[in-house]
Amino acid sequence: MIKLIERIGRSTIAMTESLGRASLFLWMILVGLNTFVARVSDVTRQLFNTGVLSLPIIMVSGLFVGMVLALQGYNTLKDFGAEDALGVMVALSMVRELGPVVAALLFAGRAGSSLTAEIGLMKTTEQLSALEMMAVNPVHRVVMPRFVAAIVALPLLTLIFMSIGMLGAHLVGVVWLGVDAGAFWGQIERSVDWHEDILNGMLKSIAFAFAVAWIALYQGYESIPTSEGVGRSTTRTVVQASLWILGLDFVLTALMFN
Amino acid sequence: MNRNSRMVEMSVGFFVLLAIASLFFMALNVSNFKSQSMNSPYVVHAQFDQIGGLKVRSPVTMSGVTVGRVTDISLDSTTFRATVSMEIDGQYNAIPLDSSASILTSGLLGEQYIGLMPGGDMDVLQSGDYIELTQSALVLEDLIGQFLLSQGEK
Repeated sequence: MIKLIERIGRSTIAMTESLGRASLFLWMILVGLNTFVARVSDVTRQLFNTGVLSLPIIMVSGLFVGMVLALQGYNTLKDFGAEDALGVMVALSMVRELGPVVAALLFAGRAGSSLTAEIGLMKTTEQLSALEMMAVNPVHRVVMPRFVAAIVALPLLTLIFMSIGMLGAHLVGVVWLGVDAGAFWGQIERSVDWHEDILNGMLKSIAFAFAVAWIALYQGYESIPTSEGVGRSTTRTVVQASLWILGLDFVLTALMFN
Repeated sequence: MNRNSRMVEMSVGFFVLLAIASLFFMALNVSNFKSQSMNSPYVVHAQFDQIGGLKVRSPVTMSGVTVGRVTDISLDSTTFRATVSMEIDGQYNAIPLDSSASILTSGLLGEQYIGLMPGGDMDVLQSGDYIELTQSALVLEDLIGQFLLSQGEK
């Protein structure tokens, strides 16, 4: 009994401690933002690593998600003779939910894990300590550009994901299954609201980017400096980021679309 | 190194441009962004006994062409009728004053919208005018009730 209470107490203290460290870490990144101008070229390089290199997976997944949505939606809507509403169905689910969420999950797996592994390995090989020895703040020099790049990259990737998904839906719905193109796009234009749907989807995506970047970089920075530790941190990044994305998505949806 | 960093910069530029193109595509083809911008719209009002499922941002049409949008719905506290305000695109500035407004439904169960029927007056609707002739929304339950009542009387 006492052991149980002890264990609860220990895990609470550990949780609070890591929350505090994560917040301090975020604070250091935000303070580091004032060196942003000097680090623009680093940010560009990281945009390449996190954004451009994620493009293939985002584009291919977007295409298939759009195509599958159209195929499934068509089979259901056909029973009600409402095939013309296919475009709206795909567009709304794409813009409000699937676009931001799936793109963020892929991003956490593709870019988040590599950020954690990279920073963790830098720590393991004592590159971060070496920077500190040279009086360079590793959070400002190494972490901040990656943080900024991730937050910029994910919303852009989400936009690309959504557009490609719509084209995929067009391919299946209009070209293959023969839904009228005018009805397909016309209904989309009428029912998808620029502000309500697309901007809110983008806001979601920015929130997800923030969560993924924070978790990935923190896990890398705090990883145990062994090969096993880095591996564990990388796993933790993907698991935690995915859970946070889905949890945040529920909260944001409840706030935005009510 | 120099060539490498140029390649990085170019692909990042390409990436950003692709995202911007996607944004334009989403705005213009996958949302109502286009129809949201009206040039110098003016506001007219109309009072209805029953607005049914009419909502803010529902379209206002004339002969099926969208000419404006509903901007506000409120209840008049003295007459207890619904006051609907709508923005009409400035290019349709010669709608006769005695036009009538009715709340219609697209399809059997579709969205409700306002249909304007032109009148014959020489004066035109100005900003802030009230459309006097209105026809309320059809409420399916009322229709069924009337139908049942008329069946019962037979």
